[in-house]
Amino acid sequence: MTNQNGRFGIHGGQYIPETLMNAVIELEEAYNHFKDDPAFNEELTALLNDYAGRPSRLYFAKKMTEDLGGAKIYLKREDLNHTGAHKINNVLGQALLAKKMGKTRLIAETGAGQHGVATATAAALLNMECVVFMGEEDTIRQALNVYRMRLLGAEVIPVKSGTATLKDAVSEAMREWTSRIADTHYCLGSVMGPHPFPTIVRDFQAVISREIRAQILEKEGKLPDAVIACVGGGSNAIGTFYHFIEDKSVRLIGCEAAGRGIDTFETAATVNTGKVGIFHGMKSYFCQDEYGQIAPVYSISAGLDYPGIGPEHAHLHDIGRAEYVPVTDEEAVEAFEYLSRTEGIIPAIESAHAVAYAEKIAPDMGKDQIIVITISGRGDKDCAAIARYRGEDIHD
Amino acid sequence: MTRIASAFEKKKAFIAFLTCGDPDLATTAACVRAAVENGAALIELGIPFSDPTAEGPVIQGANLRALTGGVTTDKIFDMVRELRKDVSVPMVFMTYANVVFSYGAERFFGACKEIGMDGVILPDLPYEEKEEFLSVAHKYGVDLISLIAPTSENRIAMIAKEAEGFLYIVSSLGVTGTRSEIKTDLKSIVEVVRQNTDIPCAIGFGISTPEQAAKMAEISDGAIVGSAIVKIIEKYGSEAAPHVGEYVREMTAGLNGYKF
Repeated sequence: MTNQNGRFGIHGGQYIPETLMNAVIELEEAYNHFKDDPAFNEELTALLNDYAGRPSRLYFAKKMTEDLGGAKIYLKREDLNHTGAHKINNVLGQALLAKKMGKTRLIAETGAGQHGVATATAAALLNMECVVFMGEEDTIRQALNVYRMRLLGAEVIPVKSGTATLKDAVSEAMREWTSRIADTHYCLGSVMGPHPFPTIVRDFQAVISREIRAQILEKEGKLPDAVIACVGGGSNAIGTFYHFIEDKSVRLIGCEAAGRGIDTFETAATVNTGKVGIFHGMKSYFCQDEYGQIAPVYSISAGLDYPGIGPEHAHLHDIGRAEYVPVTDEEAVEAFEYLSRTEGIIPAIESAHAVAYAEKIAPDMGKDQIIVITISGRGDKDCAAIARYRGEDIHD
Repeated sequence: MTRIASAFEKKKAFIAFLTCGDPDLATTAACVRAAVENGAALIELGIPFSDPTAEGPVIQGANLRALTGGVTTDKIFDMVRELRKDVSVPMVFMTYANVVFSYGAERFFGACKEIGMDGVILPDLPYEEKEEFLSVAHKYGVDLISLIAPTSENRIAMIAKEAEGFLYIVSSLGVTGTRSEIKTDLKSIVEVVRQNTDIPCAIGFGISTPEQAAKMAEISDGAIVGSAIVKIIEKYGSEAAPHVGEYVREMTAGLNGYKF
């Protein structure tokens, strides 16, 4: 869906300092060369299968289906991947690409820490240096992941500027990239930033819908009626949607983090509360004030706590192909507890946003209809924070 | 001759950058006047942005102080309107694409013309994306200033050929901020620029001392200084104007090779 200038409708583009232009042009050329290179793809597939544990399972959630009494619910188990989330799909692709480009150092931003952990993992595996930028606020919310990254040999730099969350980590990683380009690849974690990142990350995450499609056809002999995923920048969502975009019968539903509600200022629901703007290298929807100052956003989920959304999602929204719905902290926490209790699967609080929306719509759907929810990650990292939310201190 | 071109006509241009509203607009206006009285040939006014990704810690801090103080694009336009009653040197805005986009390019550049701004620098608007704002800027006679970076290499000629106002040559990799040493081979960059355009070029990023300014003047038409000035304003707050004036006088002298 990308056109020549990295546009998705009016969205996307390359709004970055001149200092980075040759770097993104070089990246695009390298990607265009390697994406169809059989040896590269063979190497990547081997890593995804033997190291990351793909293909991930498509699990029929029988108890949840019976309990909700409507559509059949399947869970795409990205939480079972090595490192515990979908992030590894993109990271292995980018790290391998960077290695082929002769880069020896990976830098990354991280919110919940899942992308940082995945990047640190790939760097360890491929003998690369790794520096991860993480909002100071998030290093506190996700202390376990900070430890994991350090254990894997990465340097974690707490970012104190701005709101000390994901957007500030992205800004700081971009600043770092402008100061050291020759040996460094910026391993961006979502379908955002300047072209070609939204396309590269989407292509590496599209494995999710490629597998769902084959798996559901094998199990049910037909396509799902809806696929649901949570959306921050939107990488697991675009991965979940991509191979269904042309199948108009499949509803594509992205669940945004509404925080304390879209009628409050404590929200991160970009499509529902933002407007078109230019930030972090792309044109897309952003939460911002009337003068274009980026709004401090909020969600219980550090991974969805971002004031923008990837440009391809912005375009899918504009053309009415995908729906973007708000899910509050409270709804997500309830879904976190619900899936744990009902299916014995503790989802990441990010993924719980998708589970919450499925709980809303499944009862009104027919028993012959099918919903696939992508469980983008596992929830171990969130247990302490959710306990805190429920007024319990478990001293993590 | 445009007002920007005239700034470079007789001598090397000292270009002073300030973040508007740091710590308040009255101080900004006083500092602009002090800079002009002491030889600044061109003033670069930063419209603060919440997430200034091209800035180092010093100017990030200025952006934060200004926004916390409640400055807005409209209030900055009002300040410039007042300044223009007695300040005749060319002035350009430096801000981020979203500040212009969200205000509406038509309204923004229209206001620039009305209040007497000569150009706009958008560090997150590279050559590939400039078309979006260029036609509107031209409609109102405002120059969209292009930047060239140490990594531009094969892009220098392309950028220089279409550049207007003056060319902003970024001295070093990374973000804004003072540096003890500038290692980029700026001489060869300027050579390629000269082969492709007649407009003046000035060097910015990392310059803070008269000696550095003198070096930059040897190879280009001027020097842009931001973080060093912002540091003075950070230190002296609303009393900063005379200190900024004194600093600009030393730098201007250094730039034009005088002993002091």
